[in-house]
Amino acid sequence: MSAPPQVQAPAIQPASSGDRVRGTFFRLALLSTLIISCILLGVLVYDVARDGLPKLSWEFLTSPPSALPTRAGIEPALMGTIWLMVICAVFIVPVGVATAIYLEEYADSSRWWNRLIEVNVQNLAAVPSIVYGILGLAFIVRGPLDLGRVVLAGALTLGLLVLPVVIIVGREAIRAVPPSIREGSLALGATQWQTIRKQVLPAAVPGIATGVILALSRAIGETAPLIVVGAATFVAFNPDGLDSAFTALPIQIFNWISQPQTEFKLKAAAAILVLLALLLIMNSAAIYLRNRFEKKW
Amino acid sequence: MSTTTQTVTRAPSASALGASRRRIGEDFIKALLIVAALISVLTTTGIVLSLLNETVRFLGEVGLTDFVFGTEWAPLFADPSFGVLPLVTGTLLATAIAMLVAVPLGLGAAVYLAEYATPRVRMTLKPILELLAGIPTIVFGYFALTFFTPNVLRDLLSLDVQIFNALSAGIIMGFMIIPTIASLSEDAMSAVPMSLREGAYGLGATKLQVSTRIVFPAALSGIVAAIVLGISRAIGETMIVLVAAGQVPNLTADPRQSVETMTTFIAASAKGDLSTGSIGYRTIFAVGMTLFLMTLLMNAISIRFVRRYRQVYE
Repeated sequence: MSAPPQVQAPAIQPASSGDRVRGTFFRLALLSTLIISCILLGVLVYDVARDGLPKLSWEFLTSPPSALPTRAGIEPALMGTIWLMVICAVFIVPVGVATAIYLEEYADSSRWWNRLIEVNVQNLAAVPSIVYGILGLAFIVRGPLDLGRVVLAGALTLGLLVLPVVIIVGREAIRAVPPSIREGSLALGATQWQTIRKQVLPAAVPGIATGVILALSRAIGETAPLIVVGAATFVAFNPDGLDSAFTALPIQIFNWISQPQTEFKLKAAAAILVLLALLLIMNSAAIYLRNRFEKKW
Repeated sequence: MSTTTQTVTRAPSASALGASRRRIGEDFIKALLIVAALISVLTTTGIVLSLLNETVRFLGEVGLTDFVFGTEWAPLFADPSFGVLPLVTGTLLATAIAMLVAVPLGLGAAVYLAEYATPRVRMTLKPILELLAGIPTIVFGYFALTFFTPNVLRDLLSLDVQIFNALSAGIIMGFMIIPTIASLSEDAMSAVPMSLREGAYGLGATKLQVSTRIVFPAALSGIVAAIVLGISRAIGETMIVLVAAGQVPNLTADPRQSVETMTTFIAASAKGDLSTGSIGYRTIFAVGMTLFLMTLLMNAISIRFVRRYRQVYE
């Protein structure tokens, strides 16, 4: 009888020390990529805060800009931003929600025109913001609507820019409502619109509200479309009507950064802090809304 | 007791089953909703029409070869030249630098979050990425100009850069794009079924091998989609480049110089008050059209790749 064949080393081996070292290095390398991003974020916030905090004051919030850097304030810019956001919201909420309702509840997705609308919304979400500015310039400021460089034009341009966000998030919120709710309502004799108005929409409102706030958070920081549409860089008055010239916080920040004096750059940092504070408030509101009113089906 | 076997029949009242006549209001509502939905279609049509119209007129005056292949961009000079190449190379230079930063950092973050991070770590680190994504681009521009160029590039790294340079803008733009690449790549990697990983572990693979040789190739379509989307965002970005890279059209591959991109040109021209129909006004649209076509192409490629990875795993 021949000797039994030598047993080869098992196919499954415990990790060699080389493997363990490589594994640890890899894990650390990956973690360091995240840490680099965190460091950049931290340095950015620190730099802006260090430059801008000393310049924050009530006078800063309530004075108009000035050629003298020490006296410059952001009141017209802040009011302009608020006006823009309010008008923008008035535009995007009905149009965005209506589009979301149509696409989710009424549209038959086997029809080519409904698919076209869907693809359209997706494409629009990825168009650069400055192209929306060009659109606003060609059609809203000049062209058919010919509104001129006024706050309504700016708000409509921003509205078109963020409309896809409202539509996409609104659709998800409506889709999250279970079919059983709709079916129960229809079985009790309600029409489609009654079902939507009384059952689906109220259930989807927290999600839709989150979407609107997300959209406005995006709109509040947009500078490029406003530059093209003609937000003025030096206005000393608050907007006094839909047809008044306007400026906005990002525009004011951009204007001050472009000035050579250091004092203006510090004021720009302070204005950035105001902008970030507004963003923080809006996002906290969105998170609060989502946690408080989200229904678990 | 015999009544229990008797079934009670009664004609159901018409109201219990819903009205059989359609309310006119229903059709009216539906029409209103369709009008709202068409606004998004109108937006796209508006973009395409406005760009196309003025671009065609522009090309009628300037000529396609001069525009596409010319190397000198000086549209408002007394003797103007309309070669768009300096703007395109400016855009591509800034984009390339941004991608060199965003791809490794973004993918590294994605692999860590998808494969290595514990739920608690993920809960603290993901919001950081979301914060990065929510910062307005003008803030990044401020940071690039007032901190990054003087303190990091000139002092720390002792590079000989101009005060406005493509390197600073490109690097900071890269950081801005990291969240886009990271979140889409992480989605793609999380969509890879556990069974693939478990099979590999069962055969004795280490975590490093599973991450790099199993998950990463399996999620490749989604990762490519994320990168292409990042490129699209970089091409379309305006404010960071406007503030930090200057506004001098410059046909160069040297990132230490200032460049003008398609987006910064549009912003800078539109600030002035050009009269409708003038050649200066038309250049905005011609450059805008070039920009729009480039991003459209990138987005179409990205959507194609997203569809491919969704198809395979969902």
